[in-house]
Amino acid sequence: MSRKFKLGNLYLGSVFVLLYLPILFLIVYSFNAGDVMQGWAGFSLKHYSELFSDTRILEIVVSTFLIALLSSLLASIIGTAGALYIYNLKHTVVKNIFLSLNNILLVSPDVIIGASFLILFTVMGFALGFTSVLLAHIAFSIPIVVLMVLPRLQEMNQSIVASAKDLGANNWQMISRVILPVISPGILAGFFMAFTYSLDDFAVTFFVTGNGFTTLSVEIYSRARQGVSLEINALSTMMFVVSLLLVLFYYVISTRAVKNKKRSTRLVLPASEGL
Amino acid sequence: MPKSKKQRQLFYLMPYGLWLLLFVIAPLILLLFQSLTTQNGQFTLHNYALYFSSGTYLLMTFNSVWYALLITIITLVISYPTAYLLNQLKQKQFWLLLVILPTWINLLLKTYAFIGLLSKTGTVNNFMSLFGIVPQQLLFSNWSFLLVAAYIEIPFMILPIFNSLAEINPRLEQASRDLGANRWQTLRRVIMPLSMPGIKAGIQAVFIPSLSLFMITRLIGGNRVITLGTAIEEHFLVTQNWQLGSTIGIILIVAMVITMIFTRDRKHSRKRG
Repeated sequence: MSRKFKLGNLYLGSVFVLLYLPILFLIVYSFNAGDVMQGWAGFSLKHYSELFSDTRILEIVVSTFLIALLSSLLASIIGTAGALYIYNLKHTVVKNIFLSLNNILLVSPDVIIGASFLILFTVMGFALGFTSVLLAHIAFSIPIVVLMVLPRLQEMNQSIVASAKDLGANNWQMISRVILPVISPGILAGFFMAFTYSLDDFAVTFFVTGNGFTTLSVEIYSRARQGVSLEINALSTMMFVVSLLLVLFYYVISTRAVKNKKRSTRLVLPASEGL
Repeated sequence: MPKSKKQRQLFYLMPYGLWLLLFVIAPLILLLFQSLTTQNGQFTLHNYALYFSSGTYLLMTFNSVWYALLITIITLVISYPTAYLLNQLKQKQFWLLLVILPTWINLLLKTYAFIGLLSKTGTVNNFMSLFGIVPQQLLFSNWSFLLVAAYIEIPFMILPIFNSLAEINPRLEQASRDLGANRWQTLRRVIMPLSMPGIKAGIQAVFIPSLSLFMITRLIGGNRVITLGTAIEEHFLVTQNWQLGSTIGIILIVAMVITMIFTRDRKHSRKRG
């Protein structure tokens, strides 16, 4: 029995090694004094200084974060409105139709989303670039916000709403003073998910980005096609740290929200983006 | 119903409904429409006829399904024991978080790491040469494609299986042992059937994205395996034949729907409906 358990631990250990080895490998080599991902030539930060003097990359980093911030903000607003609308629907059939329509973009492969958005933008005569990428990111982030906000609404105590109405709250007061504060953890979680979706997206952006504008993922793709450069490793390490901080942040808000509810912590996976 | 409530609903519907129309319904209709027209915009079934009569396209589709199946099987075989063992650990939520963490890292970066690991002068070959093995062409092979695709998909398989295992009442396992089943029998007859919903969800989460992979096929697989996703990307962005690209897109959607029907969790859908 105990031997079996040890064998099990060995198995788990090797799965974890497998999962983390490539990432560690990237990080370690970002500090290599040499120029390739082989043979350790000593510790150096030169790839980081290269990275920080590469204005093209820095511009791309700024625009990637700008897209992520704007798209997740707008998606949070539209998605919250959508969740409120679906929540207020009385008819079960209509509600289910809206929910299924909402989920279409979540289950569709990214290639389909990218290709069909490309057709859409072209048919509308929309120039590809910053705006088209922004619109696409808003579009694929909205359903996840809806899904994060809706459970909060369903858990909301109905008597709070009723008493607010009795006490003479008008529409706007009802939303801003009663409903929004209650569902704010859901909106925050949705915003966070949308933000990471946008940062991580490659496939959809690749289709609708056109020639002039790139995000980090697309840039890494085109550089990786030319071969290895340790500057990308340095960039990866920075992005890894950012992802870690984001996950930590999300973990804190989600566990804080769970504390007063009994619901078990269900970690949410980013959909298999960009595959 | 008071008028104000109607106004409120309309206010919510405006942005959300616009999104539904413009970015959910319209793109799908446009995709279908493209697949049914010629370059000049006339109605035709030619694209579908071409697709189904061409050996190349059919072989490509078969290959794509075959590789997606292989990726799914590999990840399932690795993930099921992992999820099972994770579930028996004390700090299981923490370990689960560690499994999920790599999914938050940009996909391009993970792929890029493998380029470094597998290239001809890369770490794996260097390591092998310590044992006197001549450097092999590891990158741009079917194997490297399978390896990297499985690597990326594993967390998406572990999570649903883990969740369904965690929901099983531990008393069922004890009861099975009390009634004289050995460890293996308990696993096969009690645990596995009860974790079926998780397995199905995992298959769904891995198989569909595997059909539509396109970046890894190029960077790691060297375009030796052409998936449906790669074919769509090539038709849209390289050869600019959107009509045929849309046709393959529609076929990918059909394949996706079939997969979802097969892996649907009947118990759950009954509960919900």
